[in-house]
Amino acid sequence: MSTTTLSNATFDEEIGAASTPILVDFWAEWCGPCKQIAPVLEEIAQENEGKLAVAKLNVDEAPDIARRFGVMSIPTLILFNGGEPAKRIVGAKSKAALLEDLGEYL
Amino acid sequence: MPLLEGEGREVDVAIIGSGPAGLTAAIYTARADLKPVVLEGEPSSTSDQPGGQLMLTTDVENFPGFPEGVMGPELMQRFRDQAERFGAEIHTVKASRVDLSQQPYGIWVGNASANEPALRAKALIVSTGAQSIMLDLDREINMVGHGLSTCATCDGFFFRDQHIAVVGGGDSAMEEATFLTRFASKVTIIHRRDSLRASKIMQQRAFSNERIRFMWNSVVEAYLGDSALSGLRIRNVNTNEISVLDVTGCFIAIGHRPNTGLFAGQLPMKESGYLLTKANSAATELAGVFACGDVQDDFYRQAITAAGTGCMAAIEAERYLESLH
Repeated sequence: MSTTTLSNATFDEEIGAASTPILVDFWAEWCGPCKQIAPVLEEIAQENEGKLAVAKLNVDEAPDIARRFGVMSIPTLILFNGGEPAKRIVGAKSKAALLEDLGEYL
Repeated sequence: MPLLEGEGREVDVAIIGSGPAGLTAAIYTARADLKPVVLEGEPSSTSDQPGGQLMLTTDVENFPGFPEGVMGPELMQRFRDQAERFGAEIHTVKASRVDLSQQPYGIWVGNASANEPALRAKALIVSTGAQSIMLDLDREINMVGHGLSTCATCDGFFFRDQHIAVVGGGDSAMEEATFLTRFASKVTIIHRRDSLRASKIMQQRAFSNERIRFMWNSVVEAYLGDSALSGLRIRNVNTNEISVLDVTGCFIAIGHRPNTGLFAGQLPMKESGYLLTKANSAATELAGVFACGDVQDDFYRQAITAAGTGCMAAIEAERYLESLH
């Protein structure tokens, strides 16, 4: 499956209802490193279908959610497992480094 | 074409790095039909990433041809598109090792102890650039993303109506401080001297901005706060007086170091690590190895000079390859 898009309206429901761990990419249009990892996250989503979902949240459109999870730098990736934040990755990284960080959930 | 570990594929030109220097070299060598292979680097939130330092900037106002200015990432996307248009082969990967002891030169990706390199290049253009220096204080790594930032354009947004600090006295520091006043209620520039290195126009912009104030002759000694930054411990270098500056954000712009670790012991460099090139040339001491952009420039350090030396490296590489026939 490809990445999905979350919003203020859908965030809590989708995180709560997720049947697999879900990796949320906090990003914005004006963030260069965010754009660089976008295709990497797309690949990770497609290659790990059924094990891990990947969703994107635009912090410009949902600043309150970013604040609720203490996001002060983007890209920040937060992995939610059973509706709770279980892992946090700050900053853009190569695909290999991201896969290593996410290893236990793949 | 994929780039495979240990394949040992022979190419005319390999380019390591993809800022203005590397991509200009790619445009020129691609147009000369040399089919350059570019190792553009890997995503990161520092300037050591595909596209280089401009990926972390907003408005570039001094690149000729853009009278209204252009966003750094957009400018680099245009460089990249132009290189691809002429057939440059670009890979999102970092070189893990080079062997310049024999020709053609070996370039590894991934496993650096593999027997065979991924590429063997007759000519090598080095454009690995430079990256920002951090303060090297305790807990610095842990504070990144919790108030300490390596990218003002990425993170300024999160400091709306807050007091933040910028450390440094050059153009980058003035530019970041000025940019950050779009969000912050107050920006304090901490500088270890009593005057700025920055250009006149950037100084004037900072001095006339009422949200910016200066803390002169001062250095940061510690990051304060547990889970997130709550302040900085500051020492006045003249009086040794210690004070605490209450800030929730801190941006460091104290200078750069060249990305030359890959070439240690193989290419002549200055004590500071910048690669040495011959006068009025991009050539290094090794035949067929050229260096361009910030990796060999500790003086101008502009996008346009990087592009200029990238063009020099490409033309010299082309002449060098012709001389082999």
